[in-house]
Amino acid sequence: MSTLATAAMTTIRGRVVSVEKETHDTFTLTVTPAEGQALEPFEPGQFNMLYVFGVGELPISISGDPEDAERLVYTVRSVGQATHALVSRRPGDVIGVRGPFGTSWPVQAARRKDVLVVAGGIGLAPLRPLIYHVLRHRDDYVRLLVLYGARSPRDLLYRKQLAEWARAADTQVLVTVDYGGLSWRGHVGVVTTLFRQLRLHPAETVAFICGPEIMMRYVIRQLEARGLAPTDIYFSMERNMKCGAGFCGHCQLGPYFVCKDGPVFSYQQMRPWLDRHEI
Amino acid sequence: MESKSLEEVLREHPFLEGFKPEHVRKMAELALEVQFGRDQIIFREGQESGLFFLILSGKVALEVSAPGRIFRVQTLEAGEELGWSSVLGEGGKHFQARSLETVRALAFEGSRLRQACEQDPSFGYALTRRLLKVVAERLQATRLQLLDVYAPRAAKLI
Repeated sequence: MSTLATAAMTTIRGRVVSVEKETHDTFTLTVTPAEGQALEPFEPGQFNMLYVFGVGELPISISGDPEDAERLVYTVRSVGQATHALVSRRPGDVIGVRGPFGTSWPVQAARRKDVLVVAGGIGLAPLRPLIYHVLRHRDDYVRLLVLYGARSPRDLLYRKQLAEWARAADTQVLVTVDYGGLSWRGHVGVVTTLFRQLRLHPAETVAFICGPEIMMRYVIRQLEARGLAPTDIYFSMERNMKCGAGFCGHCQLGPYFVCKDGPVFSYQQMRPWLDRHEI
Repeated sequence: MESKSLEEVLREHPFLEGFKPEHVRKMAELALEVQFGRDQIIFREGQESGLFFLILSGKVALEVSAPGRIFRVQTLEAGEELGWSSVLGEGGKHFQARSLETVRALAFEGSRLRQACEQDPSFGYALTRRLLKVVAERLQATRLQLLDVYAPRAAKLI
């Protein structure tokens, strides 16, 4: 096995420090390296393969601060057997960690420009490291604009942080839900309806999007209609990632392996493949 | 309305972006400044309200009543439009509109807008085009909402 393959396939032991409930079905796990193990640094947008021993392995985006070298943070929605097993870990439990894998949000492309983050549902999790990065290096960027849509108020992630980010200088945070009850006094409507509340400078903006693929398609249409160039639009894709290193082919999309060539792609790069049927 | 004339206020409203000056003037002639307090019902579902509004500030919720429950389906804010069906002049309101905070708006009688459109087809075309854009945006947003893309098994509808 080559050095690259060996590194990709090496699992380290991570110890679960905490499991915090974010919403009714979503949890945030904090993991530190077990004794004698070391964490690989990661870039915003990358993911790890997390192994729940005896259950299965899952690709999970890292949702923590990339400059915190001591721990890895993941926000996981419990939707199946493996994710349920993962969020059911207790502090002190050990899980397997491979990676980090994949491409990262190209933060350098947004230097001296407005950073537009558009997230849908659990898609805010892989974007949070990017937001941390921008807030830590505030002078390198102009405005930070965060648009976040969720299914309902009870599905909103990181509510306290959203409020904190909204108070930061030159930062605008707009939150919406698809369905709101009477107690919700915020915005109701799909995430694309938030664009009307935004003053975009298309030539000076780089957009970073993550959410369900249909939502991202609609967001990209809005961005194009508002004059953003395909080279200034980046998004994160999800496919059936298995090996994490482009060997197994499970996550192939056209000429790309999403685990290795993605998950972050520019719209310019992926445009020919997005609307193509039967791939 | 501060020190600005209605015409100036209208010129800055996104709905009238690209309107000819004479068309903005026409809208200003028909506009009436209105204000709603927090939690006020602006119109009810089924009501024969003939008013079309351009929202200047505040937030309005569109709601649908069901037995024992009210669904909030959309919110509208400054720079958006409320009650576009008034311009058609057919049937009652499809939703209930409630102000979530103090709302300032410009109100237009649907019948007077229709009359102005008939008298000046160029104005009528500009207004109809703009309304069509609003309706198309709402339709697309509704379709996306119906897809329920954040559900655990998104788009598995049949």
